[in-house]
Amino acid sequence: MSIQNQPLLEVEDITLRFGGVTAIDGVGFHVNPEELFAIIGPNGAGKTSIFNSISQVYRPQEGDIRWRGDSIMGQRPDAVARLGIARTFQNIALFGNMTVIDNILTGRHIQMKESWFAGMKWFGAAKKEEMENRARVEDIVDFLEIQPYRKMPVSLLPYGIQKRVELGRALAMDPDLLLLDEPVAGMNLEETEDMARFILDIRSELGISMILVEHDMGLVMDIADRILVVDFGKPIGTGLPDEVQSNPDVIAAYLGEDFSQDAGAAAGFSS
Amino acid sequence: MAFNRPLLRTSYAEDAAILPTAFQKGAVGIALLLLSAMALDVPIVSAIPKFLLGNTWLSPFNNMLIFCVAALGINILVGVTGQVSLGHSFFMGVGAYAAVLLGGDGSGGLACVPFHAQLGLLERTTRCGLALPIWIWLPAAGLAAAAVGILVSPVAVRVRGLYLAIVTVGLVFIGQHIGVMLPEFAGDAESGRRWPPLEFRLWRRNDGNEDNPLINFSEDGTWFGFLELSDSQKSFFFLLGVVLFATVLAKNLMRSRTGRALQAIRDRDVAAEVMGVPEREYKRLGFAISSAYAGVGGALFAVNLSRVGPPEWSLLLAVDFIAILLIGGAGTIAGTLMGTFFVELLPDFVERLTESQSEAAEGSGVGGAIARFLLTDGSRNDFGPIATSAQAFGWPLPVPLWNFVIYGVLIVVFLIAEPLGLFGIWLRIRNYWKGWPFSY
Repeated sequence: MSIQNQPLLEVEDITLRFGGVTAIDGVGFHVNPEELFAIIGPNGAGKTSIFNSISQVYRPQEGDIRWRGDSIMGQRPDAVARLGIARTFQNIALFGNMTVIDNILTGRHIQMKESWFAGMKWFGAAKKEEMENRARVEDIVDFLEIQPYRKMPVSLLPYGIQKRVELGRALAMDPDLLLLDEPVAGMNLEETEDMARFILDIRSELGISMILVEHDMGLVMDIADRILVVDFGKPIGTGLPDEVQSNPDVIAAYLGEDFSQDAGAAAGFSS
Repeated sequence: MAFNRPLLRTSYAEDAAILPTAFQKGAVGIALLLLSAMALDVPIVSAIPKFLLGNTWLSPFNNMLIFCVAALGINILVGVTGQVSLGHSFFMGVGAYAAVLLGGDGSGGLACVPFHAQLGLLERTTRCGLALPIWIWLPAAGLAAAAVGILVSPVAVRVRGLYLAIVTVGLVFIGQHIGVMLPEFAGDAESGRRWPPLEFRLWRRNDGNEDNPLINFSEDGTWFGFLELSDSQKSFFFLLGVVLFATVLAKNLMRSRTGRALQAIRDRDVAAEVMGVPEREYKRLGFAISSAYAGVGGALFAVNLSRVGPPEWSLLLAVDFIAILLIGGAGTIAGTLMGTFFVELLPDFVERLTESQSEAAEGSGVGGAIARFLLTDGSRNDFGPIATSAQAFGWPLPVPLWNFVIYGVLIVVFLIAEPLGLFGIWLRIRNYWKGWPFSY
C-alpha cells in the first residue's frame, strides 16, 4: 500500500525569522511511520524552534510542513494536536496546580467528546466517558510506573517524575507522532536509563513515531534510527548514527574547526 | 471495612465523587442540618449565630448565600480559568436588569421597545417590566449575562493579566453609565426601582392575582400547614437550595473535561493549546459560565434588597469578589464558599461586636474597661479606635471603615502567609489530624 511508504511528517525547507534573527534556515527532513528520528545540535541551534514550528506555536515564514501529505501550515496548535501530534517540553510545561491524574486526563481532552453542558450535568454520558478515560489513564500510569504520585499536584514532584508525567500526558493523546524535547535533560544515569526504556517501549509496544531532541549523545546514538544535525538554524547533516558521528561538519559544529576526527571520537562522539 | 482505610476506593466513580470520604459526606450533611436548625430557630443551636451576628442574623446570612452564587462564578473565571476580571459587578447588573425587565412591574409595557426616556418617547417615570414569574426571570438573568459575556469576549480573550483587569473595569463604568441613562430599566439614579418579589407563581403577576402566589418567599406565612416561617426563613431555604445547586454544577464542571481544560489554560496556556485545547474558545466559555453565575447572583441580590439603583453595580462590589477569592482560596470551590462566608459576614460580626461592646461599656469591671477603651464617641480626648457615632471622620474610625481596613490587612496577610487562603488553612489542619499524633 502506498500509504505505508508515505512519510508521516515532511518538513520542507522551513525558514523561521524573528525580526533580523533567522532561527531556522532552510531545514528539511521527513519522519517515517514507527521511526525514531533525532535532532541534535549545539545550544541555540534551533531544535526547539523546529518543534514549535511543527506544532504551529511559531509560524515559519517559508517552506511547508506536511502531515500525511497535507500541509498543516497556518493551523492553530490545537488543530495540529487533533491531527495526532503530541509533544513534551524542554522546561516541563505541566499544569502545576493539577494532580498527576488530572494532567494526564487533560491529555485525553481531544479523545473525549462531552460538552461543558454534559459535564455540568455529570450523570450520564459525561460520567461514563470520564470513567472510560480514567481507566485509560491508569494504563499510562502503570506503564510509566508513577502510581505513588497519582493524587499529588505535579508542582510538588521531583524533576524526573515530572518529566515522566509529561511523557504520560503526551501519550494520553494517543498520538501518531510524539515530539520529545530533551526527555532526559538534567537526569542522572538511572533516570536516563528508565526514560530510554520508556521511549523504546513506546515505539515497540505502541508503534508511535518519535522525534527526539536531546543533548545526551550516548542516548541519541543508542536509540535513534536516523539523526538530523542542525547548527545556527542550518541543517549540516542527516543520516544513520554512524554516518553522523563520522561527519566532519558535525564534529566541527560541536567541537570547533581544529579538532580532528580522532579527537572528536575521543571527546564523546563514540557511542 | 472502608472506614479504616478512607483512601481505599474500588471504582473510578467513587474516586471522582464530589465528597469522596464517608467523613466528608457526614460533615456536610450535619452542617446542612445544623444550618437549617439554626434558621428554623431551634433553641440552643440558634443561639450561636444570634450571639455572633445579632438577632436578625438571617438577613445578612441570606445576602451571603446570594454572594456565594456570584462568587462561584468569579471563581470559575479567575480561579479556574485564570483570567483576572474586575467586571463581575457589571455582569451581576446585567442579570439584575434582565430580571427586572422580565419580572418587574411595569407601566410601560410594549411602549418600552423604543427604550429611551431621554428621546421624549416615554415619561421619565415610566418603568419597563413584564411581571413574568421567577422560573422565567431567574434563568433568563443567567442567560442574558452569559450572552453579554460572550459579546465582550472577542476583546477579553485577546488580552490577559493586568490588561484584562483594566478592560473589565471599563465594563463596570460603561454599565453604570448605561444604567443611569436608561431609567426606564434601571430606575432612578438615586433611588433605583423596585425589583420583583421573591415568589413562585405559574404565570404573570397582575392586579387580579397580586396577593396569592403559589409560594411566597417574601412574606411571613405557614408552610405545610404547621411550620410558621418569617420571610427571611423562607428565603433562606430557597437560597440554600440555589447555592447547593450552583455548587454541584460548579463541582461537576471542575471534575469534567471542560473544567480540566480551563485549569490547563490557567496553568500553561501554550501547553494547553498543544494538548488540543482551543484557548480562545475555552476562555470565552469560561467568561460565559462565570457571567451566568454572576447574572443569577445579581438578580437575586437586587430582589433581596428589593430596591436597587445603578450605582450599586460598582467597582467596589467587584473588588469584594476578588477579596473573597484571595481570602478563601482561588480555584477551589470549598475555598470560594468559605471566603464568601468570611468576607460577607465579617462586617456584620464587627458591627455586632461594637454593639455588644457599647453595651458592655455601660457596665463596670474589666469588660467595661476594655469596652470603654475600644469605643469612642469621636471626641479628641478619647483614644478608642472605634467610633460609635456615624459622623466621626478621620481617626477614630467608624465601624464601616474598620471593615475596609480589616479587608485590606487580611488580603495582604493571606497573600503573603497563605496564598491558598482559608482552603489552605483547612488543608493544613486536615493533614495535621490525618497524621496525628505523628508529625509526619
